[in-house]
Amino acid sequence: MRKLLSLFSRLSLVALLLAACAPAATPAAPPAAAETTVVIGFTSSLTGSQEVSSKRQVNGFNLWMDQVNAAGGLKLPDGSVVKFAAKTYDDESNKERVQELYTRLITEDNADFLISPYSSGLTAAAAIIAEQNGKVMITAGAAEDDAYKQGYTHIFQLYTPGSLYLISTVDMLKKLDPGARVAIVHENDKFSTSVVTGLKPYLEAQGFEVVLEEGYASDTTDFGPVINKLTESGATVLLGGGHYPDGSTFARQLYERKVGLKFTSLLVAPADSKFPELGDAALGVSTSSQWELKATHTQEEAASVGGEWFGPSGAEFASAYEAAFGDKPTYHAAGGYAAGLVLQKAILDAGSTDPAKVKAALEAMDIFTFYGGIKFDTSAEAHGLQISHQMVVVQWQKDDAGALVREVIWPAEVATADPLYPVPAP
Amino acid sequence: MQSLSLLLASLPDGVLLGLVYGLAAMGLTLIWGVMNVINLSHGPIITLGMFGTFFLFLRAGVNPYLGLFVIAAFGLLLGVLIYAVAVHRVINAPHLSSLLATFSVNMIIIGLGTAVFTTSPYNVDFSLGSLPLGPVTLLGTRLVAALVAILYAGALYLFLYRTRPGKFIRAVANNRAAAELMGIPSTRILALSFGLGTMLAAVSGALIATFFPFSILSGGSYELKSFVIGVLGGLGSPVGALLGGLILGLLEGIIPAFLESSWVPVIEFALFVLILLVRPAGLLGAKR
Repeated sequence: MRKLLSLFSRLSLVALLLAACAPAATPAAPPAAAETTVVIGFTSSLTGSQEVSSKRQVNGFNLWMDQVNAAGGLKLPDGSVVKFAAKTYDDESNKERVQELYTRLITEDNADFLISPYSSGLTAAAAIIAEQNGKVMITAGAAEDDAYKQGYTHIFQLYTPGSLYLISTVDMLKKLDPGARVAIVHENDKFSTSVVTGLKPYLEAQGFEVVLEEGYASDTTDFGPVINKLTESGATVLLGGGHYPDGSTFARQLYERKVGLKFTSLLVAPADSKFPELGDAALGVSTSSQWELKATHTQEEAASVGGEWFGPSGAEFASAYEAAFGDKPTYHAAGGYAAGLVLQKAILDAGSTDPAKVKAALEAMDIFTFYGGIKFDTSAEAHGLQISHQMVVVQWQKDDAGALVREVIWPAEVATADPLYPVPAP
Repeated sequence: MQSLSLLLASLPDGVLLGLVYGLAAMGLTLIWGVMNVINLSHGPIITLGMFGTFFLFLRAGVNPYLGLFVIAAFGLLLGVLIYAVAVHRVINAPHLSSLLATFSVNMIIIGLGTAVFTTSPYNVDFSLGSLPLGPVTLLGTRLVAALVAILYAGALYLFLYRTRPGKFIRAVANNRAAAELMGIPSTRILALSFGLGTMLAAVSGALIATFFPFSILSGGSYELKSFVIGVLGGLGSPVGALLGGLILGLLEGIIPAFLESSWVPVIEFALFVLILLVRPAGLLGAKR
C-alpha cells in the first residue's frame, strides 16, 4: 500500500512537472512579423476660428494614414510591421485647450509621435508641451519662426517659415512695378506678425516705399477704419491679411469700397477653395502658397537638384484626396499629408519606431516630395526650422468661361499664367 | 489736411454702425428696465438673427429686408418661449439665478448651433452698392440698416408711449406690485417685454449679417458691445441705448484712424469705467 502511494505520488509529481513544462516545450509559433501600432496624437480645430484650414490639414493627414494602413503598414528591416492609429481631440482653436489636450495625448493616450495643431499660435502652445515631455512633433500648419528659436530640439517644421513667406511676392513686384507704394495691413497674431517682421526690411532693401503699417485684431469684422487709412495713405499695393475669417472679410470690404489697389496679397485666405464664394471680390487677390497642384514638385525637379524623391506624385495625391473628400486639395491638405509622409520616411530611415532614432533620422533628412523639399535646420539657434521648402505665388483670375481659377503666377519657371497687374478696378 | 479728411471719412461709418449696435443694445436694456434681468442669451439670439438672414436670403431667396419681418416674429416668439421656460420661475429670485438661467440658454443655443451650423464663417453675399460723397463712401447695406434701426427704435417708442400694452409695460417696469393691483396681467406683460427684447436683438443680428460675416460664435462680441452701450446710455433707457450706440460706433470708427486699432478696447473700457464711476446710471439712465 505504501509502495502504491509512493508510486502514485511520484507519478503525480512527474505529471505536475510535465504540466509546468508544457508551454515551454511546445514549439513557438513561427516568428510572424511583429506588428506594432504607432499612436500619433494631435488636436484639430473642429470648432472656432481656425476651423476651415484645420479641417483640411486633418483630411490630408488622415488620407496618408489610411493609405499606409491599407497598404499593410510600413515594413521595417527587422521584419516587423508598423501600423498607425490617430488619437485626436477638438482644440476649439483655443491655446489653453491645446496645452491640456497635448498633455493628455502624451500622458494618458501614450502617443508615440505628435503632429501640431493648425496655426502658429496653437502650435507654439503645443510645442512647449511636446518639448517638456521630449516628444517628437512635426509641425504642419505653422509657419512662424520663433518657436524654433527657443532652444527646442523635438519640433520639426514643414512650412516655409513666416519670415520668408512674402519674399517671392516682393521679388515679383520688383519686376512688375518697382515704384509701387506698399501698405502692410496684417492680423495681430503670431504668424502674421512673423511674416511682417521678415517682409518690411526686405521691401525696404528692394527700394519699395512702405506707406502704411497697421495691425488689426483677429476677430475684426469691420475693416472700414483700416480701409479709410489705406486709401488715405496713397498705397497702390497691399500686402497683409492673416487667416481665413479675417482675410475673406477684408477682401470683400476692399471690393465693396472700390479701393482700387493695383495688387492685393493676403495671407492664407485666398489659398482656400472656399475663397471664390466672394464672387468678384476674389478677382485678382493673390496669396503665397506652400503648395499648388498646378506647380507641384516632381521627381525630375528632385533629380535636377540631386535630391532624394519620396512618396506619391502630386497628381496621385490630388486624385486620392478628391476621391476621399470630394474637394480639390489646398496647401493645408498637402501639408497634413506631408506631415505623415515625413514621419513615415523618418521611421523607415531609422528602421525603428524608437523616438530617439526617429529624431536622428529627421535631423538627417534631406528629401523631395510632391509637397517640396524637406530639410530641417540642426543648428542650436534654430533647430527644426524648415530650410529647403519653397513657396509659390498664386492669384485668383478668370478663365475663358469667366469662372474664378487659382493660377500660379510666380516664380516664372512654374507659372501657369501671367500676373494680373494692375488688377482692374471694380 | 490729411487727418481731417480721414476723420470725415471715418465719421459716417461710425454713425451707421453705431445705430445698428444701439438697436441690439436696446433689446438688452429693455429687458433689464422692465424686469431687472440681464439677458446673457442676448449674443446667441443676435447670431440666430444672422442665420435667419442667411437662410431666408440664400436658401429661400427672400430679400433680407423683407426677411426682417419673419425674423422679428421669430425673435418675439423665441423670447416669449425663453421667458416661460427659463426666466419666469426665477424672476423674483436673486439676480444670480436669472443670470445663470439665461447663461444656460446661451450655452444651449451655442451648443445646438455648433452642431447644426459648425463654427465655420458664413457670409451673406448681398450688396446695395455704395454711395460716394466726396472723400466719404457710404455702403448701401449699412445705410439701410441704420435707417431700419431708427425705424424700429421709433416704433418701439410709439408702442411704449402710445399703446395700451406699451403703457402696461411701463407700469410693470415702474412698480410691478402696483401694476398687478391695477389689474395688469404682469406675467403676460413680462413675457411680452422679454419677447420684444429678443426681437430687437434678432433684428439687429439680421441687419449686421447683410454686411459682416459671422459664425455661431459671433454673438459674444456684439453682446459685449450691447453691455457697454447699455451702461453708457443707461441700462433701462431705450433712447439712451441708441445714444450709447452712436458713441460706441463713433469711437470704433475714429480711434483706429489715429491710433493702432488695439487701442479701441482700451479707450472704450476706460470710458466704461469712467461712466460707472461718475454717472452710474448712465447718460440717460432711468432713475432707480
